[in-house]
Formats: sequence, C-alpha cells, structure tokens
Amino acid sequence: MSADVTPIRTAAEAALASAFAAAALPGGAAVARERQSAFEVFERSGLPHRRIEEWKYTDLRALMRDAKPLAPPPDARAKERAKAAGAIVSGVAAHRIVFVDGSYVQELSDTALEAGVAVMSLSAALAAGQGIDGRAVEGSGAADDPVFALNTAFMTDGALIRVARNTQVAKPIHLVFVHSGAAATATFTRSQVVVEEGAQLTLIESHEGPDALDYQVNAALELNVADNAHLEHVKLACEGNGALHVATLIAALGARASLNDFTYTLGGAVSRNQLFVRCGGKGADVTIAGVNLLRRKEHADLTLVLDHAVGGCTSREILKSVLDDESRGVLQGRIVVRQDAQKTDARMLMRALLLSQEAEADHKPELEIFADDVQCGHGSTAGELDKNLKFYLMARGIPEPEAEALLIQAFIGEAVETVRHQGLRDALMFASGRWLGSRT
Amino acid sequence: MAMLEIKNLSVVVDGRQILNGLDLTVEKGEVHAIMGPNGAGKSTLAHVLAGKAGYEVVGGEVRLDGQDLLALGPDERAAHGVFLAFQYPLEVPGVATMTFLRTALNAQRKKRGEPELTTPEFMKRVRDAAGKLGIEQDMLRRGVNVGFSGGEKKRNEVLQMALLEPRLCVLDETDSGLDIDALKVVADGVNRLRSPERSFVMITHYQRLLNYIVPDVVHVLWKGRIVKSGGPQLALELEANGYAAYQSEAA
Repeated sequence: MSADVTPIRTAAEAALASAFAAAALPGGAAVARERQSAFEVFERSGLPHRRIEEWKYTDLRALMRDAKPLAPPPDARAKERAKAAGAIVSGVAAHRIVFVDGSYVQELSDTALEAGVAVMSLSAALAAGQGIDGRAVEGSGAADDPVFALNTAFMTDGALIRVARNTQVAKPIHLVFVHSGAAATATFTRSQVVVEEGAQLTLIESHEGPDALDYQVNAALELNVADNAHLEHVKLACEGNGALHVATLIAALGARASLNDFTYTLGGAVSRNQLFVRCGGKGADVTIAGVNLLRRKEHADLTLVLDHAVGGCTSREILKSVLDDESRGVLQGRIVVRQDAQKTDARMLMRALLLSQEAEADHKPELEIFADDVQCGHGSTAGELDKNLKFYLMARGIPEPEAEALLIQAFIGEAVETVRHQGLRDALMFASGRWLGSRT
Repeated sequence: MAMLEIKNLSVVVDGRQILNGLDLTVEKGEVHAIMGPNGAGKSTLAHVLAGKAGYEVVGGEVRLDGQDLLALGPDERAAHGVFLAFQYPLEVPGVATMTFLRTALNAQRKKRGEPELTTPEFMKRVRDAAGKLGIEQDMLRRGVNVGFSGGEKKRNEVLQMALLEPRLCVLDETDSGLDIDALKVVADGVNRLRSPERSFVMITHYQRLLNYIVPDVVHVLWKGRIVKSGGPQLALELEANGYAAYQSEAA
C-alpha cells in the first residue's frame, strides 16, 4: 500500500506558482497551453528532492530556498556590462549570439552568419505566433522532469538555429548567456539547434554572471543531429559564486550522426547539468565528457541519461570532478541499451579527485542492458593526488603547488582531450590553469 | 669541504630503524658505489637524500656543500643540485615529457635566480641530450614514462639528469631490470656526465654495473651502517665471496 502525500509547498514553489499566474509570458494560445500543461507537470511533483532517485544527491527543494522574480529585459547599463562576456573562449573566432538576463540582444550579436545557417531568437518566433518543436522531448526522460517543465512554463528567449543540409559551418557559433547583476533575478532560456543531414557545426555555450549575487538560471537546449550530421557542443558554465544554475540538454541523433559533447562547470553555488541523449539511428557515435572544477561549498551535479535505442551505436562517457575545500561533485550516468540495440559499444568512466578531506564525491553509474550482444562497461574511482607522483615531480625541482597543478591538469586533460576543436581545448585548459593558479 | 657529508645518520621507517648511525663523505667529482644485501638500507639512504616523506630522521646530519640538506623540501634539494634517479621511474599520464622537463628546469632556474630558458634554447638542449641517449622525439611528446619499457624509463631518468645538471647524482639501483645493451646505453649516459664538479652516489646490488661505471670508492652497507670501504676491487671481492663475511662479523 502506498499513500500519496501532497507535501506542503515550499516558499520557492509558492513563489513560482504566483509568478506563473501573474506573468505575461510571450507566445500565442498554443504556446500558452503548452506552458500550462508543463506547469502542471511541475506542480504534481514540486521541486525535486532527495527521495526522487534522479535527484538523490541534489536536493533542489532544500538548495533552492526561494524563487527569484523573472528578469526584466536588460537596459542599456545591463547591456554595457555584458559586453565582455564570453571572454573565456576569446581565443576562438566565433559567431556570437548574446543573451543578457535571458533576453536576446541584437546589437551585441553577430547577425551576418554563414550561408546555410538560419538563426532566430525564440522571442521573435513566439511574437510571430510560432510554437516550439517538441518532438525531441517526447520519450526523452526530460518530458516529466520538473526542472525542464519549469523551463517550458517560463521560457522567454533563446536561440533557434538550423544548419541546412550538407552545410559545413566553418566558424563555431557561440551562445553567450550573461547575467548582468542588476538584481537577483531568474532567467529561463530555451534553445533549439537542428543540424540537418550531412551538416556539421561546432556550438559553444557559455554562462556567466557576477559573484556574490544569488541569481537563478534555468537553461534548456535541444539538439537534433540528423543522419550523417556532426555536432560538437562545448558548454562552459562559469556562473558567479552565488548563482543557481540548472540546465537540461536533450539530444537526438540520427543514423551515423555524431555528437561530441563537453560540459565544463567552474563556479556557481549550485549547478545541475542534466543530459538526455538518444541514439535513434544506427551507427550513431556519441562522446559525452565533462569536468566539474569546484571549491568552497560549491555543489555541481552532472547527470546523464543515454538511451541506445537502436543498434550499432558507440558511446564514450568520461566524467570528472576536481573537488577542493568543502565542495561536492555529483556524477550520475545511466546507459540504457534497448532490446533491439545489438552491437552497442558503450563505455563510461567517472573519476573524482579530492583535494581536501571535507570534499565529497557522489557517483552513480548505471547500465540497463536489454540486448544480449553488446559491449558495455563502466568504472568509477575517487581518490586524492598520488603522493608518489607528487614526490617524483618535486624531486625534479618542481614546487609542491606546481606539482599538484600539473597532476590536476593531467587529470582534467584526459576529459578535455575528447574535445575536437583545438582552440576550445586550449581555452578549457587555460581556464583550468587559472583556476589552479588561484588555489590557496 | 666535502660535497656530501653524512654524519651518524639514523632513520626510522614505519617504526623500524633502517639506518643506524651511517657515515659517508663524498668529495667533489668522486663516484661512490654503495653495495649491500637486501634490507641493508640502500634505497632508504637514496630516498632520505632526496627528501621523500615517511622517512623519519632520528639522528645525525646530512650536508651538501656545508648546507643542512635535511631542512629542505624535495624541490629545494633539487634546486640545490640533488638528483635522485629512481629505481622505478613513475608513469605520469597526461603530463608530456617536454612539459615536465621544461617545468622542472625552469622551476630550478627560478629558485637559483637564473632566467628561464627560451623555447629554442630549451628545445635544442633537449634534442641534443635525447639524441645522445637514443630517445625518439615521439617519446618526448608522450606522457612521462607512459608505455615506456624498463630500459626507456631508465634512459629517461638519465635524460632528466643531463638536462637538470645536478651536482650530486644519487642512482638507486639504476641497473635493475636492464639487459646488457640497455645497461651500456645508460652507463654511457652517466659516464658522459662525470665531471670534476659533479659527484655520484651509486646504489647497487650487483657488481655488474660497476664494470661500466667505474667508481672511485666502494662501500659496503650492512644493517644501516657503512662497515667497509675500499677501491673498485672491493666490489669484485664482494661478487666472489658475497656478504657472508659481514654476517659472521656482525654475529
């Protein structure tokens, strides 16, 4: 026997409900209905908490004390502050599409893109009475996720990108999300990227904001990689140290399509990156890598659900945390291999490096295999820096902090190496080096 | 002043006394071999000189050019010219040999107040030293010692020694795990580094190595002390008679 107990609404849940009732959200009647039903999904479960298996280590009900008001469109001052955003990858020439406080800012964005690339802001699409394509979401596991439901309910802006068939986009497209810091507000962005058959794109996504401000970010990105198409997506979550960042990525791959995905979390008080990836066409190839680089009391959760729905697909997952002070790194990965997905080759590795006695690593690798002719494996380790290696480096004259930095960079490097774009690899290692250099 | 002066050194590891009042003096430019049976304290001596944690010095002193070595951390000792060639060189995945060499060299130079080497100058030095040891450029781009054979690892140790130009080289069982060809390459590398300004302490189990690197002085280490010292012929006597003589002496 079980009893459904409706929990008492938290202050954050109550604030979200009244915000949803009061807000004048963009879009026509169809979109309004979609928002309504999404909010109902959220209301049924409320904020996810530790008794929800997928959120076991990231109790959002406890971590999200309140819900911030929706961010107003940025004024001139907010836009001015956002000008330097995305500097972390300044070495990479890219088409920039800039969002300040969750709103598209045309004057900071590149509007002349390469032939075969179409970009529209979600706000413009909604204003024109268009809806959003929800096909990738259905059956992805994100469909009943309360945080993603909140995104659908409140989404205000984002990028809608379509790369036409067989277009090889030379320059990466960089989605720059920046919080101006004008006030502790909440943003809800929703982006969709379609890479049509045989096309190729490198997509950079960066998030940042000021320290010492408890702003909230709920971002969602849907990726549709068609047959024989290739997408590299590198996300840099570098939020301010007071921020709450929850992000949902939903990816669907066609036959012989490839997705190379990297999630880098450096900063933010609480971060959750949840990835729902589906190999829906034979011969698809997926690499999912990620690094959490945390200190103080930062909490970052990287959760992956990878669905091998058809056979002959390959996936490699390499997820890492470097944890200093009292930080907490959560790595969860579930690989599902469906009954028909024969000849699947999937390997997942989770590793944490604990730099302090007070840091905590929580790993949950899972394999659910229903096919009988597959190669699947997973491994998980957590430990401190190897003392013998450190001595070896120091015996050659390398001081302790530098010896540690070298070893930590090597640890991070194993994941960063999966990124194909050299400039992005360099940017990731440079940012890691800076982080290590600021260790006390 | 002697380059290395060890006086009455006593060391405890995991609650067990391994070195028992060891005395050793090495003059500038000399090569000393330290031989002894398993468990005599040979590797402990090497690690204590390099400053590895977990070796508790309970008595005595170690001076390098008159300076108290035991007061320095491992990196500071290296900057002062101490180099330990490891018996088992470690693999450092993800740290390219080139990065490792450059970081080490520049860290030492910085500590000594010398300017960092320019990239071309550094590359030239590495290429020259690697070429003499038959180390391929490709190996330098790989992670330190990753996938190297036993012989390649030992050659890599000698490469580091050649680049870092230490004043005191401590070779811990450098011959272990090497076939005769690899041993010759390594020994040639060491011999090229012999100079009036540089001293060597060579720790070995077997006399074989000493055919290729001929020492000035041979010491017998027994139960944590030097019990006998002599010329190279002492090594031959040990090879012929083993350590039995010291066994009865001790008993």
